[in-house]
Amino acid sequence: MELILEGIKKAFELIVSLDPEVLGITLLSLQVSGLATFISLVLGVSAGTVVALANFRGRKFVISLINTGMGLPPVVVGLFVTIMIWRNGPFGFLEILYTPLAIIIAQAIIATPIIMGISLAAIQQLPENLRLQILSLGATRLQMVWVLIKEARLPLLAAVMAGFGGVISEVGASIMVGGNIKGYSRVLTTATVMETGKGNFDVAIALGIILLLLAFMVNLVLTQIQQRQRPR
Amino acid sequence: MKVENIIKIENLLVQRGDVTVLNISELTVERGKIFALIGPNGAGKSSLLLTMAGLLKPWQGQLYFQDMLINSHVDRMMLRRNAAVVFQEPLLLSCSVHENIALGLKFRKGKKDEIKKRVGESLDYFGIAQLEKRSAKSLSGGEARRVSLARAFALKPQLILLDEPFNSLDPPTREAVIDDLQRILKETKITAVMALHDREETLRLAQDVAFMDSGKIVQSGTTAKIFNQPADEFIANFVGTESVLEGTVKNNANGLMEISINSKVIEAVGNSSAGQKVFCCVRPENVTVSKDTQGKISARNVFEAKVQKIVRQGFFYKLVLDCGFSLTAYITQPSCEDLQLEEGASIITSFKATAVHVMRREK
Repeated sequence: MELILEGIKKAFELIVSLDPEVLGITLLSLQVSGLATFISLVLGVSAGTVVALANFRGRKFVISLINTGMGLPPVVVGLFVTIMIWRNGPFGFLEILYTPLAIIIAQAIIATPIIMGISLAAIQQLPENLRLQILSLGATRLQMVWVLIKEARLPLLAAVMAGFGGVISEVGASIMVGGNIKGYSRVLTTATVMETGKGNFDVAIALGIILLLLAFMVNLVLTQIQQRQRPR
Repeated sequence: MKVENIIKIENLLVQRGDVTVLNISELTVERGKIFALIGPNGAGKSSLLLTMAGLLKPWQGQLYFQDMLINSHVDRMMLRRNAAVVFQEPLLLSCSVHENIALGLKFRKGKKDEIKKRVGESLDYFGIAQLEKRSAKSLSGGEARRVSLARAFALKPQLILLDEPFNSLDPPTREAVIDDLQRILKETKITAVMALHDREETLRLAQDVAFMDSGKIVQSGTTAKIFNQPADEFIANFVGTESVLEGTVKNNANGLMEISINSKVIEAVGNSSAGQKVFCCVRPENVTVSKDTQGKISARNVFEAKVQKIVRQGFFYKLVLDCGFSLTAYITQPSCEDLQLEEGASIITSFKATAVHVMRREK
């Protein structure tokens, strides 16, 4: 019990005093996961919209693949990315193993299917005739797609939240491809794993609290945007 | 003056999947007319509207818009920019009423103040200026319907296509929306094609009618022709059996109107004022016939008539009479024999002033 109380006390000290190491780790986490989410947003929304609107053979199969991808285990992604960028791997020449960039790539691979799947559902749940109505008002195909995406903005923001939440809290892939290098590729989750392993529960608890706070704040902002635009 | 065709269709085949949904050998919609498509559910009315709007690609055949063959993607885009569709559901976007109405103008990259002006005009047309700032998702059914109509009219299209525009509105709202639409179509002179399923709406609004069934046009012509001379039993059941007479109110004395129809005058009960153009509907079971005027006839409308046609329908006969205007009557088999009726015979026909159902018409 003392351990926990001591841990929480230390945690608040670290947070309030803006410990430079903790601050660095926090900022890197935010940058890496934010960038990964942004890449997934661009890829996921466009691919999800295309699959939702297009009519092609094997569409149902593709949708099943996307839905499966929504539950992709981070360690499997970590393993796959590691093999790809390993010194002798197909992309070994890039020399990006154990860099923040590698974490971004792995996290984007995790978040893209999540955002794609939710976007797909969001566009599909719009009324069937809405596409025709927009086209009949004189829209080009591109204008029509843009209006549909705007119309589905509520579930699309939910997709962003789900994607970000998935990658900021993910540890398996980050530790495998990032290497948890101090001051370089150490993020909140990997640091928490390490400190817990070392028995430094106070630091681990502090990192855990920061992680929770961070996730909460990002979602608070997104929720504000989402609910502000809710139809009154 | 040469009549200009807004839409002309020749040998059109439209398929959805493997199913042929439209098979139309010929159809023209003249500029400035209000054209109604009627027929049972699944007859292809909606598909025909979508084809006319350039939203459904014909598999075979020709579609002309203002005498121009619509053939390529570019043509269809041109058609979509000149024809606006109003669907059965209002299909408003979740933003303000103003943004909804401005949508089509924004697609055309209109100037900001021009868009503002056009949106304002369109709102005024439908009497919904007070809704401009409201969220479109908070509107009532009638308001949403008006906004979706205003959105189409803001584009000042050459052609407006309406799919059952009065569906799912409560009766007073429906009346008001019909009145608005009728007035605006008259003022703007925009050609309209609408799918309707209500005979009264059709009579009130349409000048020309096409009756559709299983993707085909079974009969087309002026509204009065379709209603008075349905080509077959099925259409007759659909449009009803009433005689529909076009007339003009001459005068109205305490609810008893004199209405001139062709060269004749009939009396009817109602509240339309002098000069109003009307449809007079008379149900055939309310029309009586007799050999002469010997027996007392209390009805206010008594005419000499010629029997044009006698059609046997089960246990009764349908008589098509010509008394200066066309009138349909039902009589039983025995009375037909009593009267010794035959085609070409002269008889006396009568109906009460209260048996005439009077509807306003604008054209």
